[in-house]
Amino acid sequence: MNAYKVERWTRQSVFFSAAVGALLLVLAVGPLVFPPGITDRLTTLFIYIILAAMWNALAGYGGLVSIGQQLFIGLGGYALIRISNAGVPMFPALILAIVIIALVALPIGELMLRLRGGEFAIGMWVLAELAHFSINLDPLIQGETGTSLLALNAFTPGARRADIYWMGLALMILLLGTLFVLLRGKIGASIQAIRDDEIAAASVGVKVQNGKRVMFVLAAGGCAAAGVLNLATTISYQPHAFFGIQWTAYMLFMALVGGLGTFEGPIIGAILFFSMETFFGATGVLYLIGLGVVALGFALFIPRGIWGEVEARFGVRLLPVGYFLKMVEGEKVK
Amino acid sequence: MSGVALTATGLFKRFGALVVLNNVDFQVSPGEAIGIVGPNGAGKTTLLNVLSGAYPPSGGQVFLAGHDVTALGAAERCRLGIARSHQVPRPFAGMTVFENLHVAAAVGGGLAGQAAYDACVDSLELCGMTRVANRRAETLGLLDRKRLEMARALATGPKILLLDEIGGGLTDAEAAVLVNIIQTISRRDVAVVWIEHIVHILLQVVTRLVCMDAGRILAQGEPREVMADPSVIDAYLGPGAVAHV
Repeated sequence: MNAYKVERWTRQSVFFSAAVGALLLVLAVGPLVFPPGITDRLTTLFIYIILAAMWNALAGYGGLVSIGQQLFIGLGGYALIRISNAGVPMFPALILAIVIIALVALPIGELMLRLRGGEFAIGMWVLAELAHFSINLDPLIQGETGTSLLALNAFTPGARRADIYWMGLALMILLLGTLFVLLRGKIGASIQAIRDDEIAAASVGVKVQNGKRVMFVLAAGGCAAAGVLNLATTISYQPHAFFGIQWTAYMLFMALVGGLGTFEGPIIGAILFFSMETFFGATGVLYLIGLGVVALGFALFIPRGIWGEVEARFGVRLLPVGYFLKMVEGEKVK
Repeated sequence: MSGVALTATGLFKRFGALVVLNNVDFQVSPGEAIGIVGPNGAGKTTLLNVLSGAYPPSGGQVFLAGHDVTALGAAERCRLGIARSHQVPRPFAGMTVFENLHVAAAVGGGLAGQAAYDACVDSLELCGMTRVANRRAETLGLLDRKRLEMARALATGPKILLLDEIGGGLTDAEAAVLVNIIQTISRRDVAVVWIEHIVHILLQVVTRLVCMDAGRILAQGEPREVMADPSVIDAYLGPGAVAHV
């Protein structure tokens, strides 16, 4: 065998990772320097990035297209209302709600992962609707009237804004970090293989169903985190707003436009979606038409999404999840 | 590496009313190289799918080194040492060639770190793919995709290698290279089962030939004797052709 080296960090990815680290440091001191409006908007951006990344984890890597991820957004919010109502302090309650919904996702996954393709997608939506109507029956929620996260009244608006921002930033880093670590390791290689071809993946020893389970639970926990954060920013819990299908539309848009099955793509998609909402959201119907046109345009002309196209065309890889083989010329080992 | 035998007894596979495998007995011993030939629709690929665990059989049993593996899926069988290539290549398109092999070595072969890398590089060199190691698999042409199928299967460190029409569309020079590769694999005590339409390249490698037709094994044994068997000629050229040969 000829001598060789395997590299995982390229100069490109070292530079990019350093830049991301620096950006996160700047974001970490955000609430101390940004005006309140910006802090609030950035929290919303973190929620979008979490949602986009989690939908991508499920659909892009696990091959599981779901149009019912609002199930976990709604359940996350509901769990927080209930836990907080039981007297658990605000921030432990946030974490507890996310963990509980991730655990609830385990048996749901066992059941739903028996379904294939379209059945799974619609089945998830049916589950979301079922959960929506069941939660309406809870006297605490008062049907569609909803309720508020009263415990937040104990905080001054400034402290609340900053704390929720940090919570959002921390959860975003934690969830995307988890996905990154998974992707870099053996599980990630398996998951990428499943993404590209399930039958071939099984033929090289990948237990396809296990890989899907991991993605399902991660995506469920991530969507619950987004639901919890959304409740913390909006304060009021109205079931139809949390279990609405519009969440799926947003996630689909962000993941598809950014680049399904790439790590970077959904983040770019989330930033694009967030910018469109920020600048054109006030135009109402026109904004929605615009979103539709953009989504359609990408589906027709750039089906790989922004980052998928960049990766395929220029071979860039900003994150060191891959392997690069270098042969050492003329040298032998063994 | 010591070889392991793969045995199948009384295999049936039905798709609805269609019987694709009809009571097939099959055995491959350590280090043996078996060729499978037969007209289209004979059930060759289905046999490979049942042996590799891609499909469960409708009846019959599969044993690996004496253990019943009939209930195990493709992933488990791969981890136990059965690897395969696909007739229509199924690359992991978004990953590089090296990464395609690495997932096979790490998951199917159960290797980690340097040992996994070594298995990949060894397999790349054997299959002549080092020059495209860092290319995304979706950019490969058909020939390299076929090579990748074999290289990836080899990276799992198989005891039994199932090849499905790996030689289709090759020039004579390319076929000679392929024969060389498979002979090397065979010398490593890996049992090879190779489905191929191009009989003359098959005959350079295999020690035993199996001819299938309509879901049954029509003839098997010494390759040239099998090819001369009247029932085999009938199956390929139609009844009555024997008289003209």
